[in-house]
Amino acid sequence: MNDILIIGSGVIGLSTARALSQYKASIRVIDAAYDVSEGCSKANSAIVHAGYDAEPGTLKARLNVRGSQMYPELCRELGVPYRKNGALIIAFSEDDRGTIEKLYQQGITNGVKELRIIEREEILQLEPQTNPEVVCALLVPTSAITSPYEVCYAMADHAAVNGVTFGFGECVESMSYEDGVWHVKTSAGEETARVVINCAGADSAKFHNQMSGKEEAKIVNRRGQYYILDHPDVLPFDHTMFQCPTKMGKGILVAPTVHGNVLLGPTAEDVDDPKDVSTTAEGLAQVVKACKLTWPNVSVRTAVTNFSGMRAHEVRGDFMVGKVCEHGYEAAGMESPGLSAAPAVGEMLEEIIAREEHLEKKECWLPAPERPKPFNEMTDDERVEAIRKDPLYGKIICRCEVVTEAEIRAAIRRPVGAKSVDGVKRRTRAGMGRCQGGFCSPRVVEILAEELHLPMTSICKGGPGSELLVGTIQESMGKEAAGV
Amino acid sequence: MIQKDLVIVGGGPAGLAAAISAWEDGIRNMIVLEREAQPGGILRQCIHNGFGLHRFGEELTGPEYAQRDIAKARELGIPIACDTTVLSVTEDKHVTCVSTTEGLQVIEAKAVILAMGCRERPRGALGTPGTRCAGIYTAGTAQKFVNLEGFMPGKRVVILGSGDIGLIMARRMTLQGAKVLACVELMPFSSGLNRNIVQCLHDYDIPLYLSHTVTGIEGRDRLTGVTVSEVGPDRRPIPGTEMHFDCDTLLLSVGLIPENELSRGAHVELSPVTSGAVVTDQLETSVPGIYACGNVLHVHDLVDFVSEESFKAGHAAAEMIQHGRETSDTIRVVDGEGVRGTVPQIIRKGTKEEIRLMFRPAAVYKNASVVVSCGDKEIARKRAMIFTPGEMAVIPVTPDKLEGVDGEITVKMEVRK
Amino acid sequence: MEKVITCINCPMGCRMTVEMENGEVVKVTGNTCKRGETYAHQECTVPMRMVTAVVPVEGSFMPVSVKTRTPIPKAKIAECMKELSKLHLTLPLHEKDVVLANVCGTGVDVIATRTLTK
Repeated sequence: MNDILIIGSGVIGLSTARALSQYKASIRVIDAAYDVSEGCSKANSAIVHAGYDAEPGTLKARLNVRGSQMYPELCRELGVPYRKNGALIIAFSEDDRGTIEKLYQQGITNGVKELRIIEREEILQLEPQTNPEVVCALLVPTSAITSPYEVCYAMADHAAVNGVTFGFGECVESMSYEDGVWHVKTSAGEETARVVINCAGADSAKFHNQMSGKEEAKIVNRRGQYYILDHPDVLPFDHTMFQCPTKMGKGILVAPTVHGNVLLGPTAEDVDDPKDVSTTAEGLAQVVKACKLTWPNVSVRTAVTNFSGMRAHEVRGDFMVGKVCEHGYEAAGMESPGLSAAPAVGEMLEEIIAREEHLEKKECWLPAPERPKPFNEMTDDERVEAIRKDPLYGKIICRCEVVTEAEIRAAIRRPVGAKSVDGVKRRTRAGMGRCQGGFCSPRVVEILAEELHLPMTSICKGGPGSELLVGTIQESMGKEAAGV
Repeated sequence: MIQKDLVIVGGGPAGLAAAISAWEDGIRNMIVLEREAQPGGILRQCIHNGFGLHRFGEELTGPEYAQRDIAKARELGIPIACDTTVLSVTEDKHVTCVSTTEGLQVIEAKAVILAMGCRERPRGALGTPGTRCAGIYTAGTAQKFVNLEGFMPGKRVVILGSGDIGLIMARRMTLQGAKVLACVELMPFSSGLNRNIVQCLHDYDIPLYLSHTVTGIEGRDRLTGVTVSEVGPDRRPIPGTEMHFDCDTLLLSVGLIPENELSRGAHVELSPVTSGAVVTDQLETSVPGIYACGNVLHVHDLVDFVSEESFKAGHAAAEMIQHGRETSDTIRVVDGEGVRGTVPQIIRKGTKEEIRLMFRPAAVYKNASVVVSCGDKEIARKRAMIFTPGEMAVIPVTPDKLEGVDGEITVKMEVRK
Repeated sequence: MEKVITCINCPMGCRMTVEMENGEVVKVTGNTCKRGETYAHQECTVPMRMVTAVVPVEGSFMPVSVKTRTPIPKAKIAECMKELSKLHLTLPLHEKDVVLANVCGTGVDVIATRTLTK
């Protein structure tokens, strides 16, 4: 039995696990998926919002602003990318100007620093690719970008070295509390714990209602579709470019990523199936059409991929963070600004749970494992040294993103290591380039099979059921052609 | 810093041919840099036959064709460094490469021949909507799994794209035990050889759907099916024409793109039409001393022509190393009506060798001629029963025909009335 | 009996109509050259094909690529693949080694097209 069971290994669950790993308590994180960060945490706009957008007085506002302040130090500690590139929320009419002014005031109320309203000339000076019909904009210098799944993997590793265990393929079916013990039935059996924390994303409303005994929370699955464009020689925009927000969300944006790609999107469409992360022709067309308003020269000719993420929008509109019942806690309804708020959510739950459950701090909390510099960012001298220490730095596996065999093996050997092709991809960038894994995936499958001591045919793209290879030619030739 | 007269990036058919001709011209201080464990390039996985008919007068499989040049290179003693990846080539011809054994090396070269070949266009570049499940491969990646590693990427296959790679994989998957349900082609014609249509599709009763494309992809973890729709003359899907195929594999054969990242780093001027370098009749790029040949220059159909072109590049580099660069006035070659991607794009005045202009017809032309002219003056003409985009066309121009030619040369198609 | 086939000799891809009687070619129309006529005769009586394949090899990660030395009747392709699937090949294998002699009684050997050593 564990002291604490956390349901959900997205950025929220991981942030909470990491924060609580400072305490003397056995902590276990479970997830229905095969790896951490498989839900919305891997498919979002990657923005650390400054906090002007949330309604003052809400948890969203408070945790966003606090989280945004915590991010630079968090990313430095974890060794993951973070760039304060600033944002512009652009307006095209005097009506929109009203919205801009409201956001400005809201930001000030929420405690966001350095906000300024700027006019057309200054906008075009800062970002010449902007639609010249722009009227004014809110300049948000403290808005930043990060790599959301890299944040997750690093948080998971940090939690793991401090004793947190992980269970995958465990889909929670029901839970009950009896005699000081939570019994949580999953698709893989049963977990028991003294404390349960619901960080279950799309399922968080369901668990909130179970734990609170009230049918009060409801999650709407809000899907957002994106395009990623190949690294241009010159980024079209340095700032994250927002349009005026609507009821459905912050609107479509054009933004650089920390790795020098261009992100376009997201749409916002409510869907029934929380697992339906397909993209649609209409949705993708809408992305291009909407981005054209910001960036008249937009073209998806250089797109390397498109994808979608599912936000858990709670209908009452705010985060639900805190105690929900005896020895039961939650961070539910974590849609945008969930990523930005994550460190603050962890901090808040830490404070509440340590107090309520009388947790004692450990004498020694190990720092996050050091993240070596990626080969593709090294200088020639650093590369010489890296290869000298580990010759596998001299074997390039992903030529598009320049990722070496040493890094791929390290990604598999990490405390919460990659077990799938996508797991390797998101930890190392191998397969994220122009050829989208066409060149490197055979070699990545081979390395995974070797490291995990599995046959090649067991290696999957994302999780069980997504194996890349169906069999050997021996097996295939021996029988009649399939389906005949 | 290591000093070499000649560095060749890529040890496939292009790199090997260039190396052989340079060596035979007397260049000794040279190295071929190849990222795989063995040379041979893409031919290693092209185990079907059809290679070498023009060059050797016999039809060989890919590995056999490659072996001819590999054996020759070994016999001559040409240094080939395998498992070596080039990270950058600079404008002043410094080549940085890495390997597990030599670490990182910077080589200063007098001449560099770019022979990196091409890559496949992936699904992401098509922007096909749907789920992001396992089971979607470019044809070449599937070919690598089957022919180099002995694994089947799937059991029930739909192929998008009827170029030769897609057709070859239709047959390969079928022979090795899979069921290929259909080959889907966006255009109203296939860009593959008729021979492949017959011997890869007809032979196995695999239907070919022209003017169709894949409009939907389903399957959460692994592909479970695709939707195929007919397209109109604007290449857009026609609503109501959807067909559904239950399949676990989608192979994409939707375009080859010369792999010019390294060339970009060297500030080599690239043609937006070919996606390869702009070169002279000596295959020299806009950067003095850097040459390009093979699929990295423009995507070929016949490896025989790759070898021919690359022999020339090797000779040209050797000439430059031994006798220095000659500057001369140049004539620009432009694509005229019906012609795309003519290479070379620049001819040096006073060139003494025959020039073989290569291009792709923009459409199917029957009973037509390709005409090379400068203004009103006709320089060369060649008639053929058929010109098709699927087959690179060649028109030779002898140096005497270029005497007195001063302005831009145009290559265009002329249909007989 | 009439058959329509596409000639494969050149990009013209002439569609030829071939009249057959008692399994023999009586008339060929639609071709534009003699090669087409020759092809039509062969293709409509005993169509022949080169067969290339990959076959697993014990102790080797890489399979061996093979080919029939010369074309075999198209009708024998499936049987040829079946026979290949029953092979138990071991290292070393050299280009041109016979891996399967006289496949399906055609008199044609299947040979290796790549060399695999330990």
